[in-house]
Amino acid sequence: MFSEFLQYLLSGITIGSTYGLVGLGFFIIYNASHVINFAQGEFVMIGGMGTVFMMQAGLPMPVAIIMAILLTIVIGMLLEKLAIEPSRKNASVVTLIIITIGASIFLRGLAQVVWDKDFHTMPAFSGEETIHILGAVIVPQNLWVLGGGGVIVLAIMYFFGRTALGKAMLATAYNPLAAQLVGINIRTTLLWSFGLSGLLGAIAGILVAPITFTSYDIGIMLGLKGFCAVILGGFSHGWAAIVGGIIVGVAESLGAGYISSEYKDAIAFIIILLVLFFMPDGLFGRRGTDRV
Amino acid sequence: MLKVSGLTSHYGRIQALYGIDLEVHEGELVVLVGGNGAGKTTLLRTISGVQPMTGGSIEFKGRDMGQMSADARVMYGIAQVPEGRQMFGPLSVEDNLCLGAFTRRMRGLDTDLEKMYAMFPILKTKRKDPAGTLSGGQQQMLAIARALMARPKLLLLDEPSMGLAPNLVREIFGTILELKAEGTTIFLVEQNAFAALSIADRGYVLETGRIVLSDSGAALLDNDRVKQAYLGL
Ligand SMILES: Nc1ncnc2c1ncn2[C@@H]1O[C@H](COP(=O)(O)OP(=O)(O)OP(=O)(O)O)[C@@H](O)[C@H]1O
Ligand SMILES: [Mg+2]
Repeated sequence: MFSEFLQYLLSGITIGSTYGLVGLGFFIIYNASHVINFAQGEFVMIGGMGTVFMMQAGLPMPVAIIMAILLTIVIGMLLEKLAIEPSRKNASVVTLIIITIGASIFLRGLAQVVWDKDFHTMPAFSGEETIHILGAVIVPQNLWVLGGGGVIVLAIMYFFGRTALGKAMLATAYNPLAAQLVGINIRTTLLWSFGLSGLLGAIAGILVAPITFTSYDIGIMLGLKGFCAVILGGFSHGWAAIVGGIIVGVAESLGAGYISSEYKDAIAFIIILLVLFFMPDGLFGRRGTDRV
Repeated sequence: MLKVSGLTSHYGRIQALYGIDLEVHEGELVVLVGGNGAGKTTLLRTISGVQPMTGGSIEFKGRDMGQMSADARVMYGIAQVPEGRQMFGPLSVEDNLCLGAFTRRMRGLDTDLEKMYAMFPILKTKRKDPAGTLSGGQQQMLAIARALMARPKLLLLDEPSMGLAPNLVREIFGTILELKAEGTTIFLVEQNAFAALSIADRGYVLETGRIVLSDSGAALLDNDRVKQAYLGL
C-alpha cells in the first residue's frame, strides 16, 4: 500500500521536475517580454532528439549532450532574432504569442524532416540498476533528473540574484523604460532570455529522455505541462514554477495510478482550468505590487 | 555640451515637438519650464533615445547622437531621472542603485554606493527594502541617486519636485545645487517655475512643442509673460 504510494510519488516528482524546468523557461521569457513562448516544448524536444541523433552519428554521450544544448540555445536565440525581434515594435503581445505557436509547428516539422518520426530511446547516464527505497523502485536516472533540476534551480537563483545580466533581465521585466534609461539594451536582454530558455528546455529534455522516450512531437505535451507548472506556480518567482511542476507531476502520477492512466494528461488541463478560475495569479502570486 | 537643433518628434501622426533648438553648456544648470502637455517629457525622452526623433539633430560633446541607441547614450554620459521616478519596484534599493551603474558593467560600485548613501542617508537605512515600498520623496532621491550611479556628464531631470511636500522640494533643489557645485551639467525640466528659474543659469520656455522664450534665469523670472503664465503673478 505505502510502497505503491511512494512509487507514484517518486515518479511524479521526477517527471514533475522536468515540467518545472520547462515552466522555468516560460517564466524567464515571460518576465523579459510578457510573451508566452509556446515553442518552449520544442526546446525540450530538440535537446533530447539532438542528443540521440548526435550519438547515432558517433559522438560520445557527454559531447552529444553539450552539442545538443548549444544547438537548442542557438535555435532559441534565432527564434528571437528572426521571428520576435522584427515584429516586436509593432505587434501586440498576443501576436507575438501566435508567432511562437507558428514557430513551434515549424520546429516540429523541421525535426520530422531533418531527423525522423520515430520514437527514440536514450541510454541512461549511469546504468539501469534499480534502487529500492522502502519498497519503491527507482532507476539512477530519476536521481539525475532530481539532482540536475536542483542544480539548475540554484544556478538560476544565483543568475537572477547576483549577476549583472540576471538583474538586467529582471529590471527589464519590471520597468522597460527605466531599464533603457540606465543603459540596459533591452533587445540584447530579450535575446539572452530566449537563449537561457533554450538552455533550460534542452537540459529538461536530455534529463528525461532516458526515462520517457523522445520523438519529434513530445514538445507538445511537455510544453503544455510546463505551461501548467508555471501557471500553477505563478509568474512571480522562478522557484514557484518548479514547485508547480512537481505538483502537476505528482497529481498526474497519483491520478494515473489510483484512477486511470487514461486520464493522466487530462489532469494537467484540469489544474490549469482550476487555477485560472480560482487563483489567476497562481499559488505563489503576488498581486499588484509588481509594477509600481 | 548638448546641442539640439530643429528637433521634431511624433506620437504616431500627432506631432509633439516642432523644431526645438536649445543648448546646454558644460557646467551649466539649464531649466526648461512649460505647462501640462507642452512636450517636456517628450523632449527629454527624445534626448535619451527612448522616444524616436523624426527630424533635426542631437549633438553631445560634438558627437551626433541621433542614431545612437538609448544604452549607448548612457554610456557616453547622458543619464535621466525620469518623470514619475520609474523604480524597479520589487528590486531592493541597493539593486536599483547598482543597476544605475549598468553601463559600467556594475563594477567599482562600493565607492559610488557610499557616496550616494552619504548624500541620501535614508537610502542606506532602507537599502534592503523593495524600492516600491519607499515613500514618494524617498523614491525621488533613489531615482536621482540611480542616475548618478552612471557617473553622468549631463544629468536630465524630469519634474523631480512633482507631488512632493514643500520641505522635500527644498531638499531636492538643494541636492541639485550641490550636484552643480560638484561640476555636473544639469538640464532640469520643471513646472515649479519659480523655484527652478531661481537656481538656473539659463532657462527656456516650452509651449505646445515649441521654444517660445529663452534667457537667463533671472531675466525669465522678471519676464511678464513668464510671470503671468507660470508664476501666477
Ligand atoms: N504615449 C503618447 N501617445 C500619444 N500622445 C502622447 C503620448 N505621450 C504624450 N503625448 C502627447 O504629447 C504631448 C506632450 O506630452 P508630454 O508628456 O511630453 O508633455 P509634458 O510637458 O511632459 O507634460 P506634463 O507636464 O504633464 O508632464 C501632449 O499633448 C501629450 O498628450
Ligand atoms: Mg512630463
